Amino acid sequence: MRRILRRREIVADDWIHFGEDAADGAALIVPLAELRKDPGRWWQWSGRLGVRLTPVDRVEELAEELPRLDLVAVEFPTPIDGRGYSAGRLLRERLGFRGELRAVGAGVRQDQVFLLARCGFDAIELADGQDPDAARRALQRYDVAYQPGSPETAIRKQRFFA
Amino acid sequence: MYQYDELDQAFVDQRVAEFRDQTRRHLAGELSEDEFRPLRLRNGLYLQRHAPMLRIAIPYGLLASRQLRTLADIARRYDNWPALADVPDILAELATVQMHAIQTSGNCVRNVTADHLAGIARDEIDDPRPYCEIIRQWATLHPEFTYLPRKFKIAVTGSPEDRAASEVHDIGLHMARDAHGDIGFTVLVGGGLGRAPMIGQVIRDFLPLADLLSYLEAILRVYNRHGRRDNLNKARIKVLVKTLGVERFREQVEAEWQLGRASAARLPASEVERVRGFFRPQPYQALEDFDAATGREPAFQAWYRYNTRPHRVRGYRAVFVSLKAHGQNPGDMSCEQMEAVAALAERVSFGLIRATHNQNLLLADVRQNDLYEVWLELKRHQLAMPNIGTLTDMIACPGLDFCSLANAGTLGVAKQIQERFDDLDYLYDLGDIEIKMSGCMNACGHHHVGHIGILGVDKHGEEWYQITLGGSANGFTALGEVIGPSVPKGEVAPTIERIVEAYRALRTEGERFIDTFGRVGLTPFRESAYATHPAAA
Repeated sequence: MRRILRRREIVADDWIHFGEDAADGAALIVPLAELRKDPGRWWQWSGRLGVRLTPVDRVEELAEELPRLDLVAVEFPTPIDGRGYSAGRLLRERLGFRGELRAVGAGVRQDQVFLLARCGFDAIELADGQDPDAARRALQRYDVAYQPGSPETAIRKQRFFA
Repeated sequence: MYQYDELDQAFVDQRVAEFRDQTRRHLAGELSEDEFRPLRLRNGLYLQRHAPMLRIAIPYGLLASRQLRTLADIARRYDNWPALADVPDILAELATVQMHAIQTSGNCVRNVTADHLAGIARDEIDDPRPYCEIIRQWATLHPEFTYLPRKFKIAVTGSPEDRAASEVHDIGLHMARDAHGDIGFTVLVGGGLGRAPMIGQVIRDFLPLADLLSYLEAILRVYNRHGRRDNLNKARIKVLVKTLGVERFREQVEAEWQLGRASAARLPASEVERVRGFFRPQPYQALEDFDAATGREPAFQAWYRYNTRPHRVRGYRAVFVSLKAHGQNPGDMSCEQMEAVAALAERVSFGLIRATHNQNLLLADVRQNDLYEVWLELKRHQLAMPNIGTLTDMIACPGLDFCSLANAGTLGVAKQIQERFDDLDYLYDLGDIEIKMSGCMNACGHHHVGHIGILGVDKHGEEWYQITLGGSANGFTALGEVIGPSVPKGEVAPTIERIVEAYRALRTEGERFIDTFGRVGLTPFRESAYATHPAAA
């Protein structure tokens, strides 16, 4: 069973990715392209539905559908591809998404989790081989920040506010 | 100058702890070199030809004496070549004097720069440094903008005369006042050197101060989302601006700004006031101007004329500490020299030193009646070469001798130029000529904007040099034009001599090199440059 970091806790993942073995009624994450290809099938899915965005997908396109989604997964293919940070903030701050916002992909490492959490990601699915305990500790590397950010980290003092 | 509060100090201390852990994991084999690289770059650490190089931030060029002493101490103890395992300790020592190396490299927002005469220039609209400091803080470990497509540089100039090369930065901010006299900025975007140099274009005539951070955030967000990531050479914001066209880029930024203002970082007036409080004018004495040079020996008079500048406050002048002594690498300094300057600044310039982008230092607030003593002291430490603004006050990157990116050497060429132009009277006759030299296309030496630009190129394993004329980032911005085929190493100084001799023949009374070039164009210079040696292929 995959373990993820969710709201500062390490928990067993209760979601299945498209392409993995998904029983009927499972909570399932499908790529946006797949959702667009077969909307009839996926919107009828028997379990909870999440969508997975690649760095080139435009989050604005999901605006109308967000209330029907329980999860949005944003892909970080490498640690240096920073597009997903903008996607995260846009989903939270502009589009008002309140479901689980999850960082996924080979770029999700312990040295990214502090930034991810500040951008509104409340769930972090680490890349293969990453130590969840180290990632959990990494959320606490800083207890001060200059910028406004979401409260998933232990910030006690902050310079600028939204 | 800005002083850290508890937040700033906690932040740099926690940053050191984070990098210590990252370095430990790398040395233990838990982080491969590929994984470690983006982390170490964001802490200023490069792996160069002989050893690691640590690039330390000097925000908007301002240093306190104790900081300069710490730099001297670190340079001495680590012998200029830090071992990787020592770097966390070096960063910890820097943090004790409110210094760091954060975001001095990597694809993130870099050190914010300003005019070296900030706060003392007579033509200034407002001191740009408080706004640089605010931007520095806002950009530090910005959660959204730490992994941009490419590096990102911001410059702020407070004077109508641009002395900060702001038009060749990713964002240039020109301080301005609106009809009510309120402070704000004209915003330029898309300037940059390197491959495909470009001059920034205005995307907003007037941005009110209160909107500074939200507007920067809008620009960065458009860039972070849409800048190219498939080709490192096309990833700077200038390429996005050029591809979209400045009008469409502006529309996208304005649309993003309108939508994003509510959730962007706000800049309250109280915070502006807090930071401005650190940059109040020094406690100057009430003095009168006087001509310190009259009756002194000619060597002092030359130094006074070339190495000092007028000051906003009567009775004071700004003094360049020349790091351009002939026989020295441009911009290099020994530990002893750093300590001497730190002590001198404490005695005569409120304990503050400025680093200029021309690779000199500046003591900004020297009483005119201290100038003679300051000259003697600088002379004692080989820091009084009276050549500021002349041809040998050149910029040179470290080049092939030190840099792993370079294609050709620069320091040997600088030496060649110093030797050929060693006659001060000849330099003074040539007047204001800026030479800028880079050892590769990355243009760290700003060769595109030199009156005379020199670019080292590798030709079948040999060092050759391409020469450009007519560039400028001082007063106005222009990119130099290539004179023709590159020349071999031994021919650089002779070629420059033929170019400046052509200038002497072409100039009108009192006309500067750059103005003669503007009037007559490239052709007569090209003809002279190649007059005596066969053009190389």
